[in-house]
Amino acid sequence: MQNELLRLIARRLVQLAIVLIVVSFFTFALIRLLPGDPTQTIIPFGRGPFFEHARARLRSDLGLSKGFFAQYWDYLTKLVRLNFGHQYSSGRSVGTLVKQSLPVSLELMIYAQIISLAIAIPLGVLAAYRAGTRTDSVINTTAFGALALPNFVLALLLSFFVGAQLKWLPTGGYAPGWLDPIFNGSVHMDLGQHLRYMVLPAFSLAVGQIAVYMRLLRTDMIATLQENFITLAKAKGLSNARILWRHALRPSSITLLTAAGLSVGTLIGAAVVVEVIFTVPGMGLKIVQAINAREYVELQSYIVIIAVLFVLVNFLVDFLYAVVDPRIRRARAA
Amino acid sequence: MTTARFTETEYEGPLLEVTDLKTSFHTDVGVVRAVDGVSLTLERGKTLGIVGESGSGKTVLSRSIMNLLPRFGLEREGSVKFEGKEIIELPPRQMRNFWGAQMSMIFQDPMTSLNPVMKIGKQITESIRQHLDVTREYSSDLAVSLMESVRIPEPKVRLGEYPHQLSGGMRQRVCIAVALAAGPKLLFADEPTTALDVTVQAQVLDVIAKEQSERFMAMILVTHDLGVVAGRTEEILVMYAGRVVEQAPTSVLFTDMKMPYTEALLASIPKLDEHSHTRLATIPGRPPDLSHPPPGCKFAPRCRYVQDRCLEEEPPLQAGDASGHQYRCWFPVGTPAGQEALARNERDGRVPAAATAAAAAGGA
Repeated sequence: MQNELLRLIARRLVQLAIVLIVVSFFTFALIRLLPGDPTQTIIPFGRGPFFEHARARLRSDLGLSKGFFAQYWDYLTKLVRLNFGHQYSSGRSVGTLVKQSLPVSLELMIYAQIISLAIAIPLGVLAAYRAGTRTDSVINTTAFGALALPNFVLALLLSFFVGAQLKWLPTGGYAPGWLDPIFNGSVHMDLGQHLRYMVLPAFSLAVGQIAVYMRLLRTDMIATLQENFITLAKAKGLSNARILWRHALRPSSITLLTAAGLSVGTLIGAAVVVEVIFTVPGMGLKIVQAINAREYVELQSYIVIIAVLFVLVNFLVDFLYAVVDPRIRRARAA
Repeated sequence: MTTARFTETEYEGPLLEVTDLKTSFHTDVGVVRAVDGVSLTLERGKTLGIVGESGSGKTVLSRSIMNLLPRFGLEREGSVKFEGKEIIELPPRQMRNFWGAQMSMIFQDPMTSLNPVMKIGKQITESIRQHLDVTREYSSDLAVSLMESVRIPEPKVRLGEYPHQLSGGMRQRVCIAVALAAGPKLLFADEPTTALDVTVQAQVLDVIAKEQSERFMAMILVTHDLGVVAGRTEEILVMYAGRVVEQAPTSVLFTDMKMPYTEALLASIPKLDEHSHTRLATIPGRPPDLSHPPPGCKFAPRCRYVQDRCLEEEPPLQAGDASGHQYRCWFPVGTPAGQEALARNERDGRVPAAATAAAAAGGA
């Protein structure tokens, strides 16, 4: 069993490496394909031999005079050592920016997932149990309404009403939470403040996922409730709550788990918008700023990090399958 | 309820009395009368066999008695008395005290009737702890002795295993242990061996029989196989199209069957003394569509004894010679009327409508 696990991890790490190479290559290539010359950005004005000379020196300093693949190799070897390069404009290390923004976005996404699952699972179970009744259609309609509401609209509404009008929660900003000190030693966390800042952005992100999760769970759960083992559980005299939560939920949650893993991609996209609205200094906000400032080096680092994150989360989901369904453990071992 | 059943004075009458039970489903194609006026009585510790083809309503009957059918579009009428108490109208909340503790069920397919993601031990102890006020440790000891009792080797190891790690026969034993866990007085065994290898069928039936006699538990054994019920039941009820078509003490049924359907069922069991490659006897056609049953005798379209009267008028359940023998036929097997009907059909070349249809389909 131990050996199987190690082999699985090893196989996953190889996959991760391949994904990393492919993603880094394409982002690198894409950015090299863009018109313009980075040295023009760094030394934006000035004509004549002096400036041309300075640009030529800069070009060779940056390694831009080398061939395409040599440049890529340089980039890749630095990347695996977590050297992300520097911003053109300020010369600040991108690594530092990542350290500041990554934990913020991670926390936001974790909260969003927790909120959406915490709402979707009970609703999905209830809708499946009451399938075809009024309760079911009320839950469905509400969930679809929530799905149809774009997260930026919800974010603006929440920001305006809950933040600006009622003044219950801050309309924007951020206070460090539990993840930030792990990335940046000097930061002190204030969990109460942190959560106050995170409620509205996390909720705005979560709402779009609720309907998706709820529907998937409902469908699987309806199928599970037809199973013979559910009739057997009923014939044991167990209560409905016990049948639903202890017998039916686990075998019905594989699709939900898959969707939750894949939705990390959607969440990152949505986080860009939500972070801008609530001025949360996460990677989403940094991405927008990097795009606006044409900070290609910074941008390509974010893209690679997001890709790695996506692969890691789905790697985790694969392990969770085995936790949820013992038959998968067996299939793995075989 | 959990403790009350030990102090309650024992009810003197039959354990289970079902009177004119009707069960129908409202579906898109109309009302399906899956059980149509079935009555039966079962004494403590006795075994009743319910026999019929797929679709004859035998599974619905047993689930309807236990009130385990999905409630959507379901309609039940008649009376189900357990220890003299009317339970047909009881809501699920109250039925829960009966399920598992008073009556329980073994299902046909052990591959799908255990929860695939729950450990076997948990599935057994869960039932114990639902009904008996015992500690976790005690319930797990009880589960081990139950598993020993149903002859599962290494029960302590099995407790921590999942259903997929066990063979079909072992899983069915686990299902038996689950059904027996809270000490029911009545066990429904719904085709308990149909999904199993022939080699383990007898073993599983023997385990059920052993437990039944040790516990003085009543049992309703549902099967399509007359061979299974032959040596294991006191009484047999033959069902067709949701009705009882013949009912008799087991010995009477096998020696003096009156219903052509029972005869056809018995003839369809392959016999050891037949030569190899003997054509298997079958009953032509299939059971009628229960949403639009034919008028007259429901078996008439497939019956070798069929006369015009059978197609028009449904025979009532009438008493046979032996006590407790009832059947539903105008031209019963082994009577002059029946002999004559069969002889007339053979002379005129009249064969059941379903048989000609089958032959036409085969010839085409």
